[in-house]
Amino acid sequence: MSETSIKPRIEKVPLSEQFFQKLPVMLVPFLAVAGLIAIGNPASWLTLTVAGLAMGMMIFIMASGLTVVFGLMDVINFGHGAFVAVGAFVGFTVLAWLAGWTTSPSVIMNLAAVLIAILVAMAITGLLGLAFERVIVMPVYGEHLKQILVTMGGLIVAQQMIYVVWGPDELHLSRPEAFQGSWVIGEAAIEKYRLVAVGIGLALFVAMRHILKNTKIGLLVRAGVENGEMVEALGYRIRRLFLIVFMTGSALAGLGGVMWGLYQETITAHMGSEIMVLVFIVVIIGGLGSVEGCFIGAMLVGLLANYTAFLAPKVALISTIALMVAILMWRPQGLYPVVKAK
Amino acid sequence: MADNLLSLSGVHTHIGPYHILQGVDLTVPVGGVTVLLGRNGAGKTTTLRTIMGLWTASKGDVRFEDHVITRLSTPEISRRGIAFVPEDMGIFTDLTVGENMLLAAANGPIDDKRLAWIKELFPPIGTFWNSSAGTLSGGQKQMLSVARAIIEPRRLILIDEPTKGLAPAIIKAMTDALRELKETDTTILLVEQNFAMASSIGDTVAVMDDGRIIHSGSMAELAGDAALQEKLMGLSLEAHQ
Repeated sequence: MSETSIKPRIEKVPLSEQFFQKLPVMLVPFLAVAGLIAIGNPASWLTLTVAGLAMGMMIFIMASGLTVVFGLMDVINFGHGAFVAVGAFVGFTVLAWLAGWTTSPSVIMNLAAVLIAILVAMAITGLLGLAFERVIVMPVYGEHLKQILVTMGGLIVAQQMIYVVWGPDELHLSRPEAFQGSWVIGEAAIEKYRLVAVGIGLALFVAMRHILKNTKIGLLVRAGVENGEMVEALGYRIRRLFLIVFMTGSALAGLGGVMWGLYQETITAHMGSEIMVLVFIVVIIGGLGSVEGCFIGAMLVGLLANYTAFLAPKVALISTIALMVAILMWRPQGLYPVVKAK
Repeated sequence: MADNLLSLSGVHTHIGPYHILQGVDLTVPVGGVTVLLGRNGAGKTTTLRTIMGLWTASKGDVRFEDHVITRLSTPEISRRGIAFVPEDMGIFTDLTVGENMLLAAANGPIDDKRLAWIKELFPPIGTFWNSSAGTLSGGQKQMLSVARAIIEPRRLILIDEPTKGLAPAIIKAMTDALRELKETDTTILLVEQNFAMASSIGDTVAVMDDGRIIHSGSMAELAGDAALQEKLMGLSLEAHQ
């Protein structure tokens, strides 16, 4: 093809559209500033903001797997909460085994105990995800109604299995010594564990972005979210990719379960289904299939829930739903809708 | 090796309740360009998708290099050396041009020499290597789609209406590129509505109607026989008006 016949030209995105695309990123600082104005007291605002970010990070950890599973596999998994609950209970058991480490004054021993609990929980929920995908999800690919029914069934079975293994009672999950208490900065009290949660959440987000942007498997996931059929036509077995993504999503839910359990300090068999309301809100706000959207959505939900709980506790009950309604009225496909091939 | 690279015998394809292909018999000889013509809805795209395994034939056989590939999965068919350029181009708009090409090289790293040839064939591939594929124009996306199909040596390329919706200058450029591609050891099965373009590069032709092949032969014969063209094209139009 000759250079003279066609002059390469690229369509330039207008500045106004570029601004519109970047706008969702600005919502988090905008909400933080609005919170500062509404709360008035900087110390209270700082405490609430860290609490909100920590809550948001934990919701992001739980929601990120769900959104990628939906985007890539077009699977609505109402059973995702099962992995959260199982992760929390496995984490509880591991931390109980390592009680000597968690009660030690050594920060390294405490960190090691939490790390081992997280890794074991992720391994077990990842394997559970493997079984869940093969037995429950695979027969109903492409059938949303059946997916909802069978994955909810899977959730109920998982909850009953938790009753069988760990009993029906609420369990207390103690944080290791090093994660208890707060740091006082000026008049603000910042819980240590919340900062740990923010750190883990941020690290996970950066790692996920790196994998999605810079590795071949990440490229395959992004391409598969957009057009799975074409990925297959290029010679890749997308079912294998589905399984890897489903197991990873389940493992992340398990990680989220351990983090959430340590945050709440109590765990129940129903904790997964309870947190799923917030998880689904975040996934919908972010745009189904979008990791970036999921991250921003989680931050917004975390911050808003904490600010409204402080300012108007009764409003807090509906604040996240109201946020979702407002964002969907603005962007019906969510903050960062994933373009899917028809 | 048989003279025919690909052959379909008595292929039926159902999509939901619809019986689209109703016994397609088609042969694609080794080398050159075979053009599949026919009105909208005749079953051309379904034929390509059935060959590619994206829709499964309910009856009949698809043979490629003497092997039955009817029941193979799409990735297995792709890895046998068949590439597919769909009608909607199938570009990953969220990825850059380079990332699209990287994914298309499913069997290993991109061969630099081959990439240089492709960039010469389609200059926008090099120019916009790091740009998001979603920002390319329609013609550039079509070039990327074809470039992706040839990033690795293929035995057969299935191309579905590559000139659809393109400006005349781009159509000419695309035709030149396909003509150059034809000179390599690659066989092309081309679905095309633009008869002028199809007849300029086609070696053999098959005409479809109502899910069946109603004519097959040499392109030169069809291009030189106005009465036959009238009969085949006219038949299709009259039958469905």
